[in-house]
Amino acid sequence: MNNTYYGKLIFELSKEGRRGYSLPANPWAAHHTPIPAHLQRTTPAALPEADEQTVARHYTNMSNNNFGVDTGFYPLGSCTMKYNPKINEEVAALPGFTQPHPAAGDANLQGALRLYYETGRILSELTGLAEFTINPYAGAHGELTGLMVIRAYHRSRGDVQRTKIIVPDSAHGTNPASAAVAGLKIVQVKSTPEGTVDLDSLRSVLGPDIAGMMMTNPNTLGIFETHIPEIARMVHECGGLMYYDGANFNPILGVCRPGDMGFDVMHINLHKTFSTPHGGGGPGSGPVGVRSGLEQFLPNPRVLRRDDGTFTMAECPEALGRISSWLGNFGIIVRAYAYLLTLGREHVGQVGRLAVLGANYIKECLKDCYKLPIDGLCKHEFVFDGLRPEYGGEHSDPAHVTTLDVAKRLLDFGFHAPTIYFPLLFHESLMIEPTETESKETLDTFIATLRQIAEEAKTDPDMVKAAPHHTPIRRPDDVLAVKAGKFVYQPEA
Amino acid sequence: MKYFPQTPEDIRAMLERIGVQNLDDLFAEIPEELKLKGELQIPHAQTEMEVRRTIGAMAAENRPLCCFAGGGVYDRYVPSMVGYLCQRSEFSTSYTPYQAEISQGTLQYIFEYQTMMARLTGMDVSNASMYDGATATAEAMMMCVASAKGKRHRVVVSQTLFPEVLDVVRTYADYHGVTLCEVGPDAHGLTCREAINAALAAADVAGVIVPLTNRYGLIEDLTGLADACHAAGALLAINSVASHLALLKSPGEWGADIACGDAQSLGIDMGCGGPYIGYLCTTNALVRKMPGRLVGQTVDAAGNRCFVLTLQAREQHIRREKATSNICTAQGIMCLHVAIYLALMGQAGLAETEQTAADGAHCLCQRLAALPCFEQAFPESAFLNEFTLCYTGCRPLADVMADMADRGFLAGIASADGTMLTLAVTEQRTPDEVDALVKAFAEVCQAGCGTNQ
Repeated sequence: MNNTYYGKLIFELSKEGRRGYSLPANPWAAHHTPIPAHLQRTTPAALPEADEQTVARHYTNMSNNNFGVDTGFYPLGSCTMKYNPKINEEVAALPGFTQPHPAAGDANLQGALRLYYETGRILSELTGLAEFTINPYAGAHGELTGLMVIRAYHRSRGDVQRTKIIVPDSAHGTNPASAAVAGLKIVQVKSTPEGTVDLDSLRSVLGPDIAGMMMTNPNTLGIFETHIPEIARMVHECGGLMYYDGANFNPILGVCRPGDMGFDVMHINLHKTFSTPHGGGGPGSGPVGVRSGLEQFLPNPRVLRRDDGTFTMAECPEALGRISSWLGNFGIIVRAYAYLLTLGREHVGQVGRLAVLGANYIKECLKDCYKLPIDGLCKHEFVFDGLRPEYGGEHSDPAHVTTLDVAKRLLDFGFHAPTIYFPLLFHESLMIEPTETESKETLDTFIATLRQIAEEAKTDPDMVKAAPHHTPIRRPDDVLAVKAGKFVYQPEA
Repeated sequence: MKYFPQTPEDIRAMLERIGVQNLDDLFAEIPEELKLKGELQIPHAQTEMEVRRTIGAMAAENRPLCCFAGGGVYDRYVPSMVGYLCQRSEFSTSYTPYQAEISQGTLQYIFEYQTMMARLTGMDVSNASMYDGATATAEAMMMCVASAKGKRHRVVVSQTLFPEVLDVVRTYADYHGVTLCEVGPDAHGLTCREAINAALAAADVAGVIVPLTNRYGLIEDLTGLADACHAAGALLAINSVASHLALLKSPGEWGADIACGDAQSLGIDMGCGGPYIGYLCTTNALVRKMPGRLVGQTVDAAGNRCFVLTLQAREQHIRREKATSNICTAQGIMCLHVAIYLALMGQAGLAETEQTAADGAHCLCQRLAALPCFEQAFPESAFLNEFTLCYTGCRPLADVMADMADRGFLAGIASADGTMLTLAVTEQRTPDEVDALVKAFAEVCQAGCGTNQ
């Protein structure tokens, strides 16, 4: 139930003279030193003026138009939308963590440094890599940092002609984008019809200009690349390093480790595998781990343990440089550490197993209605290529019910949509990842809903194509958004 | 395990539907030699009570200090409304708002944030956040080069930027293939304008990056800089502490093409370093070169106003290696912190807050400079809420700072060589705290002097 008045934009609720703050009288007025006139702002910023209750109602009404993991199931492939535990929020909000200034110095930040260090140790054990930095702010930032580590390694050996990075065609879009930011050229290798890396295609691009290869395993089709030891051997023999994109780490957590597969560098998304909230697009955290022999290249500052058991924020001379102001999104690290302690060695092995159980269960229950291009066991996620032809999904028919239509219709039933039109290998990709925190009942309801939508696509395609019908807004006009170019509020004339 | 809802019966039924015997069969294709044998050596599982105790003890190891440090991070008061509303899980547990129909809350607060930041910086448009002020500035650098369409690869950057910002810019430049031309400060602690003008004489300068308030706390005078940049075919990017824009001439008013920096000062705790929020604003002319997500206004099928992610053709999930940046997940909900903070404060509250801080800083500067161990480093340059002193005491400055911490103060940020100290004041500091700080400095700087030498 929403109030249309408070749901307007805050600028439309603003009224001159209202205030939502209280400040003590300026105790230093006697020391007032005017800013030189030519350095002063001349036009005040037209910020809203609102009282406290208006602000409370405005943002509370807005929250009612939002769907989160706490609202319902988020089958979003490659995003690992698992439950976000509440104890994590509480410990991250302890004043001992929220109040310190990051430049307070080692002696005054021992608790923060200890937590950072311990988190890194656990991540090392879970991944089989020697050491972690948790400075990167997100997955893409971790990729960038990891690629910089790879370049720093080659540079340290004078091997400067290695400017190319191999990326499979099924890779996450951030892989090539991060490589470009890191100054690397992308060499794409094809997938086999089974959806894994084509070894012949890989062999043909290996050479002295190859810095390394980025992979995620299981890949974005949810398929485990069983040839990974051979792939790693081939890349290593040509002098390159192996980079693991940890976006898909959840299904193998507690089952196998990137370090044991031959990967040298990886990132993890704490906001995926380790339960920290996505926050509508951040803050995340993208720790980067490296095998022994590469740790000196990790970015500054590094958190190290001294012989006396205390911790220090160190600047190392061989480091690739600095990639963040301080210790990354520290508050997110606290949340992930709380989750890791809750899991512990007793439960960590269940995460991947239960996530994979859920994904295979959904796949098996729906593959008669939705086109499954690659059959067999999947890991955490799998990809449908739209509806099957007999359910209105015939691609060659311009009027077919698309993946977008199915996704939008799901919203009417209180489910978030799956990831759509990714990976790019298929025309109508519908990528589903359930995670281990969803009950069988939730999955059964989701399956029943997708089956109903398949029936609707056959019997009432126009209704499906006009979906959603019961959401706070109907389908938005994306083309108008680009054309109108309204990126800031302007009062109607 | 309270986060796993599957009963043994559920697992059995699901395995049966899949057609395998047990959970490990789901991993049958993975080569045996890759599979973990034995238990992972991580801590034993803890109950919620134990987690609270363990992590609570770590939080208590950090020393609570009365903060006079700045350097881009300020101990500003965060109204209770900010944390209260941002904890609403409809906001915090949501994903990036690709599904606009069920994400209007996120999209609307980002649109409000974009509008507020554009107005504060005096620019046309803001993106939906960067990681922090340092990476925002590095992205601004790459944006300058990208806007020159491969013709210009040099960026002029002032060394008066906060050291962490400068270091991050250096790293990105190094790996991205940007030639940095660093310009040092003049005798007054301000970016040397002659050096900038000389650097602009090179034909391949894509952009110039300068701070508005610099690492010494000083206000840079940017008169004529935008014209000089534009005449040389370069863009001007200005890094500023967001709250300072309440009082200072904004990047837009100075004629900047890009405004970037950190907005931690707008309603975000210092939090041992994060999460904060970087901002990046630009002109309409450059919006298609802007990195990061962007929300735009449109209408839905029923003709009602709504908001969507837009201009996605700039982004990695569409453009892959040709994207304007690799950034995707940025600082989402921190936009909400900023939007709520600014909605409560308004221009008047923000200006009042900043003026109180500035006046407090001028008072403190005067009193510390009167001590024998300090003198004002750049007395002829104007500052706002942060200032730099030369340290002339006989004890090493690091020892002085450690003693000050023992007395409960984070008494500023000392330069690496121990000759300078930069202090900041915010609206949270009281006259009693300032009195106590000055008194403590007088005693600590004096302690041991003359007896050991």
